[in-house]
Amino acid sequence: MEKRVVFRSAWLPYALLAPQIAVTVVFFFWPAGQAIWYSFQLQDAFGLKTQFVGLDNFKALFADSHYLDSFRITAVFSFLVAFCGIAIALLLAAMADRVVRGALAYRTLLIWPYAVAPAIAGVLWAFLFAPSIGIVTYLLKRNGVDWNWVLQGDQAMLLVVIAATWKQVSYNFLFFLAGLQSIPRSLIEAAAIDGAGPGRRFWTIVFPLLSPTTFFLMVVNIVYAFFDTFGVIDATTQGGPAGATQILVYKAYYDGVKAADLGGSSAQSAILMLIVIALTVVQFRFVERKVQY
Amino acid sequence: MRFKALAAPLFAAALVTLAVPASAQTEIHWWHSMSGQHNDKINEIARGFNASQSEFRLMPVYKGSYPESMTAAIAAFRAGNPPHIVQVFEVGTATMMAAKGAIKPVTQVMQDANEPFNPKAYLPAVTGYYTDSQGNMLSMPFNSSTAIFYINRDAFKKANLDPNSPPKTWKQFTKAAEKLKAAGQSCAYTTGWPSWVHIENFSAWHNLPIGTKENGMAGLDTVFQVNTPLHVQHIATLGYYAKQGWFTYSGRKQEGEDRFISGECAMLTSSSSAIGKIRKGAKFDFSAHFLPYHDDIPGAPQNSIIGGATLWVMAGKKADEYRGVAKFFSYLSRPEVQMDWHTSTGYVPITLAAYEMTQKSGYYDKNPGVDVAIRQLNHKPPTANSKGLRFGGFVQGREVFEEELESVLQGKKNAKAAMDDAVKRGNDILRKFEAANK
Repeated sequence: MEKRVVFRSAWLPYALLAPQIAVTVVFFFWPAGQAIWYSFQLQDAFGLKTQFVGLDNFKALFADSHYLDSFRITAVFSFLVAFCGIAIALLLAAMADRVVRGALAYRTLLIWPYAVAPAIAGVLWAFLFAPSIGIVTYLLKRNGVDWNWVLQGDQAMLLVVIAATWKQVSYNFLFFLAGLQSIPRSLIEAAAIDGAGPGRRFWTIVFPLLSPTTFFLMVVNIVYAFFDTFGVIDATTQGGPAGATQILVYKAYYDGVKAADLGGSSAQSAILMLIVIALTVVQFRFVERKVQY
Repeated sequence: MRFKALAAPLFAAALVTLAVPASAQTEIHWWHSMSGQHNDKINEIARGFNASQSEFRLMPVYKGSYPESMTAAIAAFRAGNPPHIVQVFEVGTATMMAAKGAIKPVTQVMQDANEPFNPKAYLPAVTGYYTDSQGNMLSMPFNSSTAIFYINRDAFKKANLDPNSPPKTWKQFTKAAEKLKAAGQSCAYTTGWPSWVHIENFSAWHNLPIGTKENGMAGLDTVFQVNTPLHVQHIATLGYYAKQGWFTYSGRKQEGEDRFISGECAMLTSSSSAIGKIRKGAKFDFSAHFLPYHDDIPGAPQNSIIGGATLWVMAGKKADEYRGVAKFFSYLSRPEVQMDWHTSTGYVPITLAAYEMTQKSGYYDKNPGVDVAIRQLNHKPPTANSKGLRFGGFVQGREVFEEELESVLQGKKNAKAAMDDAVKRGNDILRKFEAANK
């Protein structure tokens, strides 16, 4: 017997899908299309004069050494945020999974940072590490570290990585914890009886079984590092010093919103779109093969 | 039940209607970027204007930082509903000026409203910045300051330096910095607004060009000239100070001011509008002076240039509303209003009458340092290099200058390479602006 629901009407399925499609078109395709259209234009700030300039905006971008450098910075930043965020979350989840007493308290505390808005997270860390009044700065200085991220690019990068990672760890933690709890105890116990130590049990049983979760988190974290960390950067370094934390999405925001250069900013957005499409394809085609479901 | 649910909002609506005075006042919206103490002062000015007449009601709204309120006004214009008045910082001047259909020149606003208006009554160092080549004042000067030099007198005494003869030249500055550091001062010197102080004001103060075409005032086809040997030499000196640990970099905005107030840094170059904040917060004796200069550059010191913001009138409003704007500008220019603004904020008075009135009141004798800014701005009659600057896309341009300056202080680039890059990258922005505003 046929179990699938079949629509006999020609228009009903479309009508049912229409609201979803309308939302996608209005909030995604329309603005994305406009961004692409603007990227071929040169416009003054007020939109009084518009000219079609073809690929000039793109040419200008690729002639700018700082823009090219911003690719490298974005790659370093995204890798660090995604890697640290996943590694720390996995460690914490593995520990929290073993806790017997007060497990709920630990878990709740570990999830809290996720509720903090990115800009607030940035400000909190910026305060702790503020070059003259920060409490961490004070400790570092007492130990002979010349801490001034306002000028030192590497230190600025470290700061934004810490702030961005700290926020994401909670999210990753939730997924890992759920993943860990769905691993059958019998598998681990069997390995233990065979004489496998905790480290070996983790790497040969737990970690491979978590690979779908890890893969999912990797995709989400890279997208997070690419786009959502903008608030953290805006609240702390604003891309400085000397462009050391100028990631692609921040530059697109700065040029478009603060400097009112819509054409250049749209061209950057179009490039960002391409990067994300490419990244997602790579992840699903190559990395996903290694995932065991 | 249903009746009750409806009644509450209706009742509230009725209350709101009652709260609005019966006579219909014309509302004038003013978007600004003055926070904290300065915001209170703006509200006070608005209350004063609203009390002085009954036809118009001025409503000031804080719209965030300078770039934020400018962007908000641009977005509102694009959406067809801009405010009447928007406060725009000096680096946005070229962008506003080029937007012919989006703004209404102040001269014209005053003329159309038959409001008495004499551009000569305003300080030339201020109006020069905002006047077009035909001599029309395009925007209304509001808060103008300049970069000045502050010292911590107590720290000077501790380092066996005479606070009554603060460094006048960078040579003397070097000696003072060395002594302060030797006396255990963790930060001898810091600065606010690095590009504004060390590139823009440095150029004007030494009568050097920032760009061709009278710093961009005589045409959009200007190019930057901040890589002359003298500019490079000054930036290299800063790099040397940073390396010696005499110059602590604090950031691109006013962060340095707080380090001076806390006593961490003994010398500061920053906006004259910081004086109120320093007076309030500093637990030590301080004084304000002219910016140091290089005595081997002929003609120095010249005069410094302003920073701060002016009020722009947006286009597309009703004639009656413009009349209100004109009335407000007249009120704002009154000497007593200006004197109050000047003395409570540290911004310079915009009219000569207000300056004279403050002088006569004996305020400067009781509060030394407040007149440093205005004396420095009027030190010599402005030249083509020192009357101001007008570069397209300078929000980005200044950022480029700051990035290159930072790379020198980090020790990553030498001064020559950094300034060459600043010019090259800056010119790309200028060309783009020129193409967009042809």
